[in-house]
Amino acid sequence: MRQVYLDNNSTTPVDERVLEAMLPFYKEGFGNASSVHHWGRDSKMALEESREKVASIIGADPSEIYFTSGGTESDNISVIGTAWYYEKKRNHLITSAIEHHAVLSSVQFLAKRGFQADYLGVDNEGFVSPQELRGKITDKTSLVSIMHANNETGTIQNIQELASIAKEHGAVFHTDAVQTAGKVKVNVDELGVDLLSMSGHKIYGPKGTGVVYIRKGNKITPLSYGGHHEKKRRAGTENVPGIVGFATALELAESIRETEHKRLALLADLFIDGIMTKIPNVYLNGPRDNEKRVPSTVNLSFEFIEGESIILSLDMKGVAVASGSACTSGSLSASHVLTAMHVPVELAQGSIRFSMGRFTTKEDIEYTINALPEIVERLRSMSPLYQKSS
Amino acid sequence: MAKRVLVAVSGGVDSSTALWLLNQQGYEVIAAHMKLWNYEDTGGDLHQDGRCCSLESVNDLHQVCGRLGIPFYVLNFVEQFKEVVIEYFVSEYGKGRTPNPCILCNVDLKWSALLRKAAELECDYIATGHYAGIETRNERYYVRKGVDDSRDQSYFLWKLTQKMLARTLMPLAGYKKSEIRQIAAEAGLKTAAKAESRDVCFVADNNYRRFLDEWEDKSREGFIPGLIVNERGDEVGEHRGIAFYTIGQRKGMGIAHPEPYYVKEIIPEKNLLVVTDNKSSLLQTNLIANDINWMALDNPNERFQAEVKIRYLHPPAKATVVPITDKSVEVVFETPQRAITPGQSAVFYDGDIVLGGGFIEKSKK
Repeated sequence: MRQVYLDNNSTTPVDERVLEAMLPFYKEGFGNASSVHHWGRDSKMALEESREKVASIIGADPSEIYFTSGGTESDNISVIGTAWYYEKKRNHLITSAIEHHAVLSSVQFLAKRGFQADYLGVDNEGFVSPQELRGKITDKTSLVSIMHANNETGTIQNIQELASIAKEHGAVFHTDAVQTAGKVKVNVDELGVDLLSMSGHKIYGPKGTGVVYIRKGNKITPLSYGGHHEKKRRAGTENVPGIVGFATALELAESIRETEHKRLALLADLFIDGIMTKIPNVYLNGPRDNEKRVPSTVNLSFEFIEGESIILSLDMKGVAVASGSACTSGSLSASHVLTAMHVPVELAQGSIRFSMGRFTTKEDIEYTINALPEIVERLRSMSPLYQKSS
Repeated sequence: MAKRVLVAVSGGVDSSTALWLLNQQGYEVIAAHMKLWNYEDTGGDLHQDGRCCSLESVNDLHQVCGRLGIPFYVLNFVEQFKEVVIEYFVSEYGKGRTPNPCILCNVDLKWSALLRKAAELECDYIATGHYAGIETRNERYYVRKGVDDSRDQSYFLWKLTQKMLARTLMPLAGYKKSEIRQIAAEAGLKTAAKAESRDVCFVADNNYRRFLDEWEDKSREGFIPGLIVNERGDEVGEHRGIAFYTIGQRKGMGIAHPEPYYVKEIIPEKNLLVVTDNKSSLLQTNLIANDINWMALDNPNERFQAEVKIRYLHPPAKATVVPITDKSVEVVFETPQRAITPGQSAVFYDGDIVLGGGFIEKSKK
């Protein structure tokens, strides 16, 4: 049976070239980057070269790049670290209703401990409104955190405009760029952000690696304490092989970014049009315009059936996808993202996220287009909702 | 082509072994764990070891199924379980009855949901790790007691319909619990040495009064304090809401009296608890049962002899079952039975065969 992996927004395989670059640092180049001897110096050099690579790709200074254990830690440091640093002067936080839980749960954690929090809504395509931000932001706002692109729908926010509003009010602006790094252009100055999170395993790098960009002059209260690593902002012996892997992965993704974007946009068109032609009552969640969406993310609602049922049936056919709700236990409760986009609950429960990647081929997409109609038709024939409507 | 079976797995040794046996027998097996509730919602200790619906059970199942190369899915039924089973559990206690939620859960949640999933996944059967079997006679499907008398679970299955039984496998019917543990150990199943699950699964500490206390707001029917009277109607104390009492209960009345009091009757219309210090007045010979489901019998018109169980751990007692309507019977015991309790099930047996069952509506003199 053909195996088709369409869950690249969850995680990606490590690219061979990335693995090759990492291996020496598990073997002979195992030194602790803080050590004085030559093993230490060699690791330190690799560490700093990696920092430079990452910095140059996102238009930052190497001193603004901090290596972490992944997107979640980068988000935690940004949100909690900023909130705590400014706590006495400013205790108001603004985020959006569609953030990843690494941000949402951090804000909720702070809100329980006395911070004020506002959650911006989104329109039907998943866009945050700059007007709403203007209405909510005050001189007490320390942080605005809005994700660059959403992991469930791929909707890309107008970060530039949102960040400039935050700046007018002296608030720090953070963006979670886990789903955009290596896929669309990410430049910290063009975006105008103060903090930015990235993750290694979404870009064909190793799991357990990430970066938080902290603009020069920006203050945070560290969340981990120990040695002098990462300028005391992120204690713990540096994961040099992982860091080398992250930098290599980002560099590789960047070198083929534009051609990959074009290729994946064509595949997305093929897929969306193919499914819409073959299956009635299917709706795209998120903007159809490939420039307003990370094109490799296609979130579809199949009316009358549950996403969970489709996932299981596709799994039996070798196709790996995720439900919009992206809950580990296959929750029937509708995704918070689609709910915020005013998608009716029945449609939100019938949503599937197809996320393509570097190793997705046209044949994979054609196989999926051919497999789906039979599955959807069979599941609909068992659905009481479908029988009622027809 | 091999028949495809969807096996319900809890994370315990029984269902894991059922899975292993069916896999050995050449079925194409898919495993499904039904997540029914969260410890966060139901109270009790989050870190208790290995109870059903815990994260640890799911982790164990990933290992067991992974080694056998069986696809494994966690299906989330938390909302439906709350709506169907927990709501029933609380409202029955509120009506002064003593529910057995497993019976309703089996039919209205597990079987109906699993059969639907099985159809979606193009499975021929579902299977469970119950100590009971399914057989046919005169074109009727029925449940037969498992060979391990001390583990027999047929009592919980009386409500299964013919359609459900026709598509269910119970591979543990012919085994004793000790044999299952041995098979599991020899097969190297990680769940082989797991402790028994007990009582009502979502009441983690087995303290249903604690659960009701935390779950319900106190304005609900059955949760309002009222009077306790003796058999003559004299007031002897106050109760905290009839939901917190069950027929035959001796402790927790809070009444000073030389002889222990037992709950004899709960009268929800009057919010009244009737107690007795005469143990023998808990004995009764007749009961009315409703919601009858027939298994080995097809809607009998005539009265018949049977052995009847009125609680899970009640030894079957000889009785005459008298049909009143399609869905209602009167049961007349040969000898009086202690604490016939509304809300519990009356299950009718012919030896090992489940003839049918129903919910006890009331006892009669």
